[in-house]
Order: sequence, then C-alpha cells, then structure tokens
Amino acid sequence: MPAPEQNRLIFRHIGEPGYTADLDCYLRNGGYGVLRKAVQRKPEELVDEVKKSGLRGRGGAGFPCGVKWTLLDRKSGKPIYLVVNADESEPGTFKDRYIIHQDPHQMIEGIMITCFANKVERAYVYIRGEFPEGARILEKAIAEARASNFVGPNILGTGYGCEIYVHRGAGAYICGEETGLIESLEGKRPYPRIKPPYFPAVLGLYQCPTIVNNVETLCHVKHIADMGGDAYSKIGTPNNTGTRILCVSGHVRRPGYYEFEVGRVTMGQLLNEVCGGPLPGRTFKAVIPGGSSAKVLKFGERYKGKRKVGAEMVEYDWGVEDIPMDFDCLAMIGSMGGSGGVIVMDDSVSMVEALGNINAFYSHESCGQCTPCREGSLWMKKITARMVHGEARPEDGALLKSVADQIAGRTICAFGEACAWPTQSFIAKFGDEFKGYALAKKAARPGDVPELV
Amino acid sequence: MNLGAQTLREIDEVITHYPQKRSAALPLLHLVQADQGFISHEAVEWIAQKLELQPINIFELVTFYPMFRQKPIGRRHIKVCRTLSCAIMGGYRTCAEFQRQFATGLGEVSPGGEVTIEFVECLASCGTAPVVMIDDELHEKVDAARARELSEKIKAEAGAPAASR
Repeated sequence: MPAPEQNRLIFRHIGEPGYTADLDCYLRNGGYGVLRKAVQRKPEELVDEVKKSGLRGRGGAGFPCGVKWTLLDRKSGKPIYLVVNADESEPGTFKDRYIIHQDPHQMIEGIMITCFANKVERAYVYIRGEFPEGARILEKAIAEARASNFVGPNILGTGYGCEIYVHRGAGAYICGEETGLIESLEGKRPYPRIKPPYFPAVLGLYQCPTIVNNVETLCHVKHIADMGGDAYSKIGTPNNTGTRILCVSGHVRRPGYYEFEVGRVTMGQLLNEVCGGPLPGRTFKAVIPGGSSAKVLKFGERYKGKRKVGAEMVEYDWGVEDIPMDFDCLAMIGSMGGSGGVIVMDDSVSMVEALGNINAFYSHESCGQCTPCREGSLWMKKITARMVHGEARPEDGALLKSVADQIAGRTICAFGEACAWPTQSFIAKFGDEFKGYALAKKAARPGDVPELV
Repeated sequence: MNLGAQTLREIDEVITHYPQKRSAALPLLHLVQADQGFISHEAVEWIAQKLELQPINIFELVTFYPMFRQKPIGRRHIKVCRTLSCAIMGGYRTCAEFQRQFATGLGEVSPGGEVTIEFVECLASCGTAPVVMIDDELHEKVDAARARELSEKIKAEAGAPAASR
C-alpha cells in the first residue's frame, strides 16, 4: 500500500520559500484570526473543544491535553500559570525547533488561546539554552504581538490580559521533565518533584496550579479552536487524533520532518517510501521509534496479539514495517510514540556501540537526585564503554540488564525508565551481539564505520 | 564587578519578569556570562546579592547546568553534537577534525586562544546530522571536510577586527 499524503497542519509553512517569522507575514496568512474569534467565546467552551478533540500531548507521554486542563485546581484562588515546554531535549526530536524559528506566531497564538481558555494571566516559555537564536526570534515575535494587542493587557479590547515571557534553560536534559522544568524556572537545580503531592495542575510553579504543555501541543490547540473539537477528532485515528510530526534521523536517504495524520502511516511506509529507504548497499537493522528512551525495535521481529478496531477485537501479526505510527500501537508492541523522534540504524551499526552512546547520554544527564538512576546510569555507561574500549566479556549483557532492572520504577521521575529502557531492550533483542562482541571487535571492519563511544 | 551598562539594564529588566526574584537566577547567569565570558566567584556573589540569595544558591546552578563555566574559553566556542543521530552520521570524526585543526583537546583553550571545542549532548537538529554550533550559530551536515572549511574560516577571521565578525 502506498504511503498516504502528508497532512501539514502545524508544519504548513515550515520550509516554505518566502514565509518569514515576522508578524506581517503571519497576518497575511490569516494569523491571529482564530484568537480574535476565540476571545469572543466562553473560556469553558474552548476547554470543551480541546476535550472533544482527543488531543494527546506531543512532548512524550501522550497524556490527553483536555484532561490535563480539567485537572487544574481552579478553586485555590491562586494565579494559574502556563509553562510552555520548549526544552526539546529528547535525542532524535527536532520538531519544535522549526516551529520556534520559522513560525513563532503560530505558537504564540496557541499560547494565547490556551491562556484565555484557562484564565491564565502569565505564561513562560522555557526554551532550551542551545536555542539562543530561537529565544531571540521568540522575544521579537512576542514584542510584535504585544504591540498589536494580541499579547499584554486588555487583549483585543476584551478586558482580558496576559503576558508571555521567554526563559532560557542552560543545557540540562532533565529540564524537559515538567516538574524539573518548574524547579528550574524557580531558579533552582532542576530536581524533579515527587508526585503526589506535586502535580503541576495543583502545586506547580510557585506552588500554584500550572499547565505544562509542549510547543507542538499548543499549536494543535490553535487548530482545534479554529475547526472545532469534533472536526479535529476526525483527523487521524480513534484515540490517536490529529496530525503528528515525525522527525526521522539516522540511516535513511531522506531524513527530516514529516507530518501525517496519527496512525495513518506505517513505519515501513515512512522509512521506505517517504524517507527513501536505506542508504545504498545497506539494510535496516533497528529503529528507535519515539526518542532515544523508547525501546528499540528490531527489523525481522514479529509482534502478535489482539487489538481493538472499532468495536471488535482483531488479531494482529506485524513486522516492524507494518506498525502504524500512533501512540497506542507503539505502546502495544512494547515501545512508545514518545516525542516523535525516529532514529534509524542500518546493518553497519554495532548495537553494543549504539547502546554505549545512549548510555553516555543518560549518565551525563541524570540529575543525581535518586541513587538508582545516578549510579545505575553511570555503571551502564562504564560497562558499555569498557566493552568498546577495553575488554568485553560474554556475561556483560546480563550484567547490564541487572543494573537496568534495578533502576526502572525506583526513581522520582521517569528518567529512571528512560535510561533503563534502552539497555533492557537492546539486551533483550540483540543479546547475541553483546555475547559475541569480544570476537566481533577483533574482526576486520569497513573503514567507513563511524565511532560511537 | 564591571558589567556593561546594557547588561545592567537587561538584568534589571529581566528581574521584573518574575513574581519571585530567585527565578531570575538563570537569566542573570546567562547575561553575566555573555558579558564576562565566564562565571567568576565574584559574579556568583554579585548575582546572589542582587537576588537576595546566598552565594551557594547560585554556585549550585553553575556546577549543575552544563552551559555555565567557571573559566574563560577561546574567542570562538565550537560545540559538536555527540549524541546518537549525529554519532552514527560521523559526529566523532567531525569533533576529531576540529581538534586537529586547532591542535587542542576538548574543553581547552587552543594555543593562541582562538577556540574552545566541546563535545556536547543533543542539539535537537538530528535530521541534518552531524551538527555543530559555533557561538550562537548552528551548522548542519558538518562532515570532516566541512569541519575543515569552517575551521579555515575561523582562522581567517582571527586576524580581522572584532566588529567585522
């Protein structure tokens, strides 16, 4: 079956020649028309539209956005904050970068609709420190929007006011975790908070009710307010509504960003047709489907089980190529859609070395608050580094697994799972490669295989 | 502390963005580092005083967040992405080439003071790997040959007056 056409909702203007980040260009393309209409409605109606849309968060966890908003403690009398998660730090993910750099007003319009719907009067955009240019573009765009009365006091004459501020991070992955991000925004080390009691919807920024939403999620809100929740929910597939930006990197002929209706494209269509297939003379070996912490998929393995299609339970028997790219299917086969970062590795890659690279990342980025994660991520890195640069032992795979098994579920935040899942899945699926690595290392290798550790 | 007038204005402005002064800690660290090149002990104490905090409240940020540094770096800052998507497309070779070009190790100031090279984690541009940031500018698809070109450019600019860079 040929791949479906892309449906560019969020990325409609990304990469479009002549489309610029300034307000005039946005207005020429109908910009802020949705906000104008939204502020004439009741805020509760807008929240309902988002609930009806079925929108799920695009940052990684896929939590329903409307539900997140409903959980807000609106009776506390404290101000409600919106924090925009523009930390984009999950390896393999690079979608928010393009929104921020090329279409910042789309995001600002989404922010303002979200703020109006939730009676938020102050929003912070937490942007990763490595996007200095992006931070400047955003600040300029906010100033433009403010000058035109789309942001600031008495927006469009409604009496409603809301400010947006840009806050730069400083290179720490853990700031993508929402409670770590909040700590960082409060001027502290980004140690994630324990839940309960610190659910951001109740005790978030400055212990006030807080919504934390990803950049892409907020752009979807704009389109939901525009077309209505019911119409939006018909895009994509049931429980996986709307479009999703898939970021493909690694060993394909055409890496890059592609926006499809959720669940309408399979992994095989995406990699073989849309991205042009493997590099010349190579075959696909493994793919990480949702950012580097998602469990790896091995080409050639089968996934079998039963799933709900409409009202019926249907048996499925899939290879990697057959998997629909949506939240539920990827979860069903034991991985996750995560942040939409698809990292492809071909047969030139040693799985031991790829894991060594991933382990070095997590060891560097563990915040150090919980012992299993701080120590475990370090030991996993040390073991894989020794395998690559020193002596590799046949029992190293089992040793790595035993370390990983002691991290997941024993930490305050999901970083524990994020750093354990790569090791667990690499060992489960490529265990023989870990056993035989000592011998494989001695064999002659083609000169063009890059070093990974 | 000898901060520029513009920096001081920006510091006073950014503090007003938050209901609690402590939130301005990261913004102040960024501004002071951009002004001074690094965060000295004096800077830690100055920021702490400005935000009515203890110096440890600032120092613990400098030691945690990778982007803050306690020592001066070269005139140009080269950050090569090390993470998986860049690595499988040759990021380690790119990094080695920059080091060879400037005869320097990671995190050091090159002889002559022109550059500091760092091997950093994911820069979120995985589709155009390997990527490199030189100061605030992102460079995409930087293989070893491109790394040589960029290095030549930096070397050529080294003699030019700062304003023309």
